[in-house]
Amino acid sequence: MKRSIVCRCEDISEEDVIRAIDEGYTDIEELRKKLRIGMGPCQGRVCIQLVARILERKTGKKIAKIPLPTVRPPLVPVSLGTLASEKHEK
Amino acid sequence: MKSKADVVIIGGGINGCSLAYRLAKKDFDVVVVEKKYLTSGATGACGAGVRQQWSTRENASLAIQSVKIFEQLSKELGQDIEFRQGGYLIAVHDKNEMRQAEKNVAMQRSLGLKVDILPPEKITDIVPILDVKGMRAIGATFCPTDGHANPFKTTFAYADAARKHGAEIITHTQVTGLRTIKKEIQGVVTDQGTIRTNTVVNAAGIDSKAIAAMVNVKLPLTPFRKEIMATERLEPLFEAMVISFKDGIYFSQQKEGQIVGGIPIPEERGGYKTMPTFAFLQHMSQTLTRYAPVLKHVNLLRHWTGFYDVTPDARPILGEVKEIKGFIQCNGFSGHGFMISPMVAQLLTNLIAEGRITEVLENLNLDRFGGNAIEKELSVVG
Repeated sequence: MKRSIVCRCEDISEEDVIRAIDEGYTDIEELRKKLRIGMGPCQGRVCIQLVARILERKTGKKIAKIPLPTVRPPLVPVSLGTLASEKHEK
Repeated sequence: MKSKADVVIIGGGINGCSLAYRLAKKDFDVVVVEKKYLTSGATGACGAGVRQQWSTRENASLAIQSVKIFEQLSKELGQDIEFRQGGYLIAVHDKNEMRQAEKNVAMQRSLGLKVDILPPEKITDIVPILDVKGMRAIGATFCPTDGHANPFKTTFAYADAARKHGAEIITHTQVTGLRTIKKEIQGVVTDQGTIRTNTVVNAAGIDSKAIAAMVNVKLPLTPFRKEIMATERLEPLFEAMVISFKDGIYFSQQKEGQIVGGIPIPEERGGYKTMPTFAFLQHMSQTLTRYAPVLKHVNLLRHWTGFYDVTPDARPILGEVKEIKGFIQCNGFSGHGFMISPMVAQLLTNLIAEGRITEVLENLNLDRFGGNAIEKELSVVG
């Protein structure tokens, strides 16, 4: 069976996104919380644009009008050891 | 949108949605009005923990009864809320903390809770990755029936079940005013229209203060920005939530495998700022790797902020206010609204449906701040 992956980090397919939209999750933040898209190591760089495109197709709402989820730092994974080694500079 | 309802709940977080479900199940005509989307406030930012080990009787008994509801909630709502009982391990660092821990445990046991005081050598039996010396612990308390659940799934499951029982849940709609006549609630004004009702529940998290101010009710709520982080997914390492009142840290491993935890930043002050800080990342990573050195090899993926709506005694404000008939508070959860939500919904449903006021509700009414001495909750983290 063909399965188009939208979110590689959390293994979410286009069908999963469409099903959630049909269930009433029509906001990227809601979809994120329902499906965990954008919560993996890529932090949404792969999936969010794709999800916005599916949302546009399903809801008719223009992509420019679809709010993006909040960007959460750090933008790339950083080890706790690296963060802990930083000395506080006054 | 309905133009009339028995009850209008302001706020689509865990408490608003669980109450909507309980009331709708009793055939009340309920409308939930949410400014953004469901779980967009404190619920969606929270640490997901469910703890029964509190210092005040009210919080402990609300939490104990809530756990009984959580235990069968996936079945009741027909959706998996991922409730898992791995216990809470509370580090005890010195003699003073041990005295308080003994007092807490005695009170909790009197309420029927199974909870133990552990010697330091038993700590790694529960959470093997901990370094007892590094965390400077002289012991710990442990309750095996504490745990955590998925806040998104729990809220969405409550909302779906509420809708099935006829509740209407409106998102992206802002409350702009409350109608009253002769100190009685008459309706809720929103940017999408007005809903006539005689009962309004204020479950709007940090915005509850502004909602109450619309009818000149003053709530003693202070918003505190709290920061929290998640790591990459790991194989299962431990099941318990680890917390320390002294260091303020809490962390646990979630079902998917990520470690989620938080700590207050040293220069924390009240306010509405939402920006995450580097000071948090530093303080959290240093404390976390002191507690569990092996985690220094683990990647942090993201960190975010959420608010505690803190009351002067760190206990919620529940029930009808004396000043306005039909105006019910469900706020001031001070960082533990998720874990007591099942029982809060039950108590407020009893109040709205039957006018029943229990001792807990009486003790948590807004009027307790009227100048009498109040008992402060001491067991607070994050």
